[in-house]
Amino acid sequence: MTNPNEGTTVTSKTAIPSLADVAQQGTERGSADAPTKVDVTELSFFYGQKQALEQVTIAIPVNQVTALIGPSGCGKSTFLRTLNRMNDIIPGARVEGKVSIDGDDIYGFGTDVVELRRRVGMVFQKSNPFPKSIYDNVAYGLRINGMAESHSELDDRVESSLKAAALWEEVSDRLRESALALSGGQQQRLCIARALAVQPEVLLMDEPASALDPIATQRIEELVYQLKSEYTIVIVTHNMQQAARVSDRTAVFWLGKLVEYGRTSQIFTAPTEKLTEDYVTGRFG
Amino acid sequence: MTRRLRNQLLDHLLHGAGLGATLLGLVVLGALLFDIFSDGLGRISWEFLTSFPSRRAENAGVYAALAGTVWVISLTALFAVPIGIGAAIYLEEYGKRGGWSRVIEINIANLAGVPSVIYGLLGLGLLVRTLALGRSVIAGAATLALLVLPVVILSSREALRAVSPSLREASYALGATKWQTIWYQVLPVALPGMLTGMILALSRAIGETAPLITIGALTYVPFAPDGLWSPFTVLPIQVFNWVSRPQEAFLENAAAGIIVLLALLLVMNGTAAWLRDRFQQ
Repeated sequence: MTNPNEGTTVTSKTAIPSLADVAQQGTERGSADAPTKVDVTELSFFYGQKQALEQVTIAIPVNQVTALIGPSGCGKSTFLRTLNRMNDIIPGARVEGKVSIDGDDIYGFGTDVVELRRRVGMVFQKSNPFPKSIYDNVAYGLRINGMAESHSELDDRVESSLKAAALWEEVSDRLRESALALSGGQQQRLCIARALAVQPEVLLMDEPASALDPIATQRIEELVYQLKSEYTIVIVTHNMQQAARVSDRTAVFWLGKLVEYGRTSQIFTAPTEKLTEDYVTGRFG
Repeated sequence: MTRRLRNQLLDHLLHGAGLGATLLGLVVLGALLFDIFSDGLGRISWEFLTSFPSRRAENAGVYAALAGTVWVISLTALFAVPIGIGAAIYLEEYGKRGGWSRVIEINIANLAGVPSVIYGLLGLGLLVRTLALGRSVIAGAATLALLVLPVVILSSREALRAVSPSLREASYALGATKWQTIWYQVLPVALPGMLTGMILALSRAIGETAPLITIGALTYVPFAPDGLWSPFTVLPIQVFNWVSRPQEAFLENAAAGIIVLLALLLVMNGTAAWLRDRFQQ
């Protein structure tokens, strides 16, 4: 998928000097090679009185995989959910700072949250297929968003989404069967297919493989690797090896703060922060 | 006695106590059913179902009361179900959590426990007199709807609350609006639970006598209701009427009336269970 707003993202790329304060000390400029897709500036997040994110500034590049790592409760899932405003559902939640996608401020006045969530898809930690047929799971987003004119178009889009999620060959002969009859790994790939069906630009994944066995996990990782040519992917993971394997960039969170952000190779081999080094080598977390 | 032995003994005791409590209920119910069936089964016939009440016990039937009950309960469901589900959806999905919602919540829970005769007085004052509905089918149904509304709301909210939040999140994450999420994902999952609540509520309504007598339902009705504004009686009132007669034959009629009421209840519950199983698939 080409980026229609390339012009604006290039300018916003050059306008992120604040990033350097946080993450790029001593390393080369993190986003010099890819334009920024999601630009987050001084983002703070509160659950009522409790502050879950503190002044997070990060530029997520287009068509790359960005991994968010850190110990439990460090705010990485909260951060992920600010990117499609999923936290809006929680009573008492409050956001400060700015998040823009292709230059559009998603917390700005007049933002259509429904449209935002179509552009920014999400896959959850625990696979959550609808208790409907495999076909209806994928077709749901297309139907509610009015994205298919005819039955044949709907069929085509369901098929291409299932193919993109590497699930088509396993389910093509039983599309009308309940999605709940699939295995855990298949269910998670169905959730990915469902998210891809509405043609998002960004795909958020919240520990998508944490409940899966090693083989199913490997399939998800391969899928993530294939999908990044078309989507900007942000993935939360507890698994260091997974972050190292699938991501181009890694952001380390600790106690609601972004500790370090940079190329994955640099984070894992030459971290500039002591906290990062301790975490990726397994000394805590 | 060792600790292990004591725990085993306690286990057996609790098992026995639980079994005893269950059996006690079953035995009482069994005795009741046996008594009623031995008295009334002989009176059950097509004539009994299709005859109007009469001064002569052997000619009397439940047709007027049966028709009245069907009319009133159908209308009660028609009033209480949409309003109850609507209120539950609002309270559970749209209403803000806070002081007012707490007040409303506590009030609804309390209303569910108010004696039914109080609802009868409300029906008499508000529906029969002020709104001038008269002693009609519609006034009776509206009174019973008020009576069961708290139960419908509470059980519907329970059913909505039991729907996994991850299902809602999945729907929202695909760009669904709140209404689309409720309509396409939440309600279908909550429906079986809601149906159970409706049936409990309507089962209560079908056996109510006090509020209907309070609003002035008739005890002797030699005709079936012919519309919303018609005077009426219902099965429990007819049974009550027969029981209060001194003649033995009318007691048999009362038992037969109870059998008809139980059969109607069984049909209702069976239909609901069948519907629930269909939706659950």
